[in-house]
Amino acid sequence: MAVIRDVMPAFELLQPSSIADAQKLLEQQGRDGWVLAGGMDSFDWLKDRIKKPKVVVDLSGIAELKGIRSTADNIEIGAMTTLTEVVEHPLIKEKYKLLADSAELVASPQIRNQGTIGGNVSQDARCWYYRAGWPCYRAGGNICYADTPEGRNREHAILHAERCVAVNPSDTAPALIALDAKFVIRTHKGERVIDAEDYFIGPDIDITSLHILQPGDLLTAIRIPSAWAGAHFYFEKVRDRNVWDFPLLNVASAMVVSGNNIERIRIAVNGAAARPLRLKAVEDSVRGKPANAATGEIAGKLAVQGAVPLQFNAYKIPLMRNLVKRAIGGVEEATWTS
Amino acid sequence: MDFLKWAVSPWGQRVPIHIAWFLIWVAVIVGFLFFIVHATYLRYFAKPKEFASSGSPLIAARIPEHVPRHSLTARLFHWIMAASMFTLLFTAFLPKVGMPFDWVTYHWIAGSILTVSILFHIIHASFFMDFWSIWPDKIDLRDAYRRTLRFLGKSAPPPNKFAKYPLENKLYHAAIMAAGLSAIVTGVFMMFRVRTILFPRNPYLFSDMTWGMMYVLHGLAGVGLIALIMVHVYFGLRPEKRAITKSMIFGWMSRDFYLKEHDPQRWPVESPTSSPASKGEAAEGLRDAG
Repeated sequence: MAVIRDVMPAFELLQPSSIADAQKLLEQQGRDGWVLAGGMDSFDWLKDRIKKPKVVVDLSGIAELKGIRSTADNIEIGAMTTLTEVVEHPLIKEKYKLLADSAELVASPQIRNQGTIGGNVSQDARCWYYRAGWPCYRAGGNICYADTPEGRNREHAILHAERCVAVNPSDTAPALIALDAKFVIRTHKGERVIDAEDYFIGPDIDITSLHILQPGDLLTAIRIPSAWAGAHFYFEKVRDRNVWDFPLLNVASAMVVSGNNIERIRIAVNGAAARPLRLKAVEDSVRGKPANAATGEIAGKLAVQGAVPLQFNAYKIPLMRNLVKRAIGGVEEATWTS
Repeated sequence: MDFLKWAVSPWGQRVPIHIAWFLIWVAVIVGFLFFIVHATYLRYFAKPKEFASSGSPLIAARIPEHVPRHSLTARLFHWIMAASMFTLLFTAFLPKVGMPFDWVTYHWIAGSILTVSILFHIIHASFFMDFWSIWPDKIDLRDAYRRTLRFLGKSAPPPNKFAKYPLENKLYHAAIMAAGLSAIVTGVFMMFRVRTILFPRNPYLFSDMTWGMMYVLHGLAGVGLIALIMVHVYFGLRPEKRAITKSMIFGWMSRDFYLKEHDPQRWPVESPTSSPASKGEAAEGLRDAG
């Protein structure tokens, strides 16, 4: 990691008090504008002096972006709602525990107090070559320093790598995909609502961004439909340090089980690619089957099809296989048949 | 205004990483300006073409109704090259001007097809076609000088009719060959930076500076090709060039167009009933042309 310096580069700080003002300011600033949510990603960039925006638009003064509201058929979480608020909200704990579980495993309590759900899903890649300011593909250059025989790529992608092998580090993203959440985006053309899985993009589409937001766009809220409320949820995160770390891999699933058979399921993993991956093939293959270790084993094998390990991350393939298996069959000691 | 994008490598060396993408728009604007200037010149200022006499009526009488110009092989090459070139340009530049999509795989596949087709063309043109017909010769240069003098209002003999390809055509071929080969050679090396089925990745094949120069050259060749292809399409669509465009589809041009623009001595053609114009007849024709 880069050395954290203590003085940020000078920038103009704008503090709008409404979504409309914020969107207008961001639109005016274009690529010169930097969106500041909780600051957990931004301050790394700024203090490392890797990113030097001319203008920072601080969203912390916008009340509309904060809080959790419930409606007849969904709940809406403001993008500036802190992860602690998400974890502790009674409705989320009761009906959408998957999201509470994933948010609770983000970093440390201090970071969850400050970090927001919008920031968590929109944060940048944590590849250290990129964060150190090296001119890699993601930084607009023409090389991936991690995808070389000598590159330190233990944490990097095993699926859908396309020149850049960085992964998306969000814990809440796969949970939101499993819950079929909708992201509300304010653009200069108005409001746009998209599926959670469509919010994230890989390097094949845009190698310099992990999400679809363009300069001037603003993620304002996340809506979770009631379709998966109270389903059978599973979230597991594997990391090097259990007290505070980004995921090596995580898995989130929402299942509706009828009898012992899987009636409906949505499952997603993160840390395997530059975007959280919804495992549609797995969902299709296990639907109607019993929710047990045998089905989980089939699902796990299917999940890692096409995986290409780098020099130091082959361990992620059996890890992902096992996480998917456990998400479907539960945490059981089971021997793989092959 | 920086024409190149620079970065600092991990070893502290300032290296170029690619061209500035606004050059895409510069190339497009240059292409459009060429259309406007050329079309305006032809519409309002150009004088009718005048050529020296191109030989005896005997030779002209031997010219068939359909003058064969491009073999089926040559036409197939041209259109395969055109399809791969358009694919390369669109996949390279659309994402850079705000239309992101998964372009890399399409790009290197199109580049591979172009590379193979160009290799084929080099062999085909060198051993199975009249290799020198696409290169400027002394008569082209002499006639270019005469045309320039006449354009400036000075006295000069009329130029000869063209050989198989007019000088402009030959110069265009040279320009697109330079840009195309630059893009191909650098592109083949750049394939070592991405995952393909053709080579194992090796991003450390060259130093950062060499790689940077390679990306810059690839980009410059690419934006150059934008303007060149625009100009090529423009000429292909112009009414007075339609006979040439049709010949790239059907393989032949009409006898009338051939006799109007081309010199049978410089581009002898096979007649169904007789042999091509003999060297003696050709020499006679050139003397007639002055």
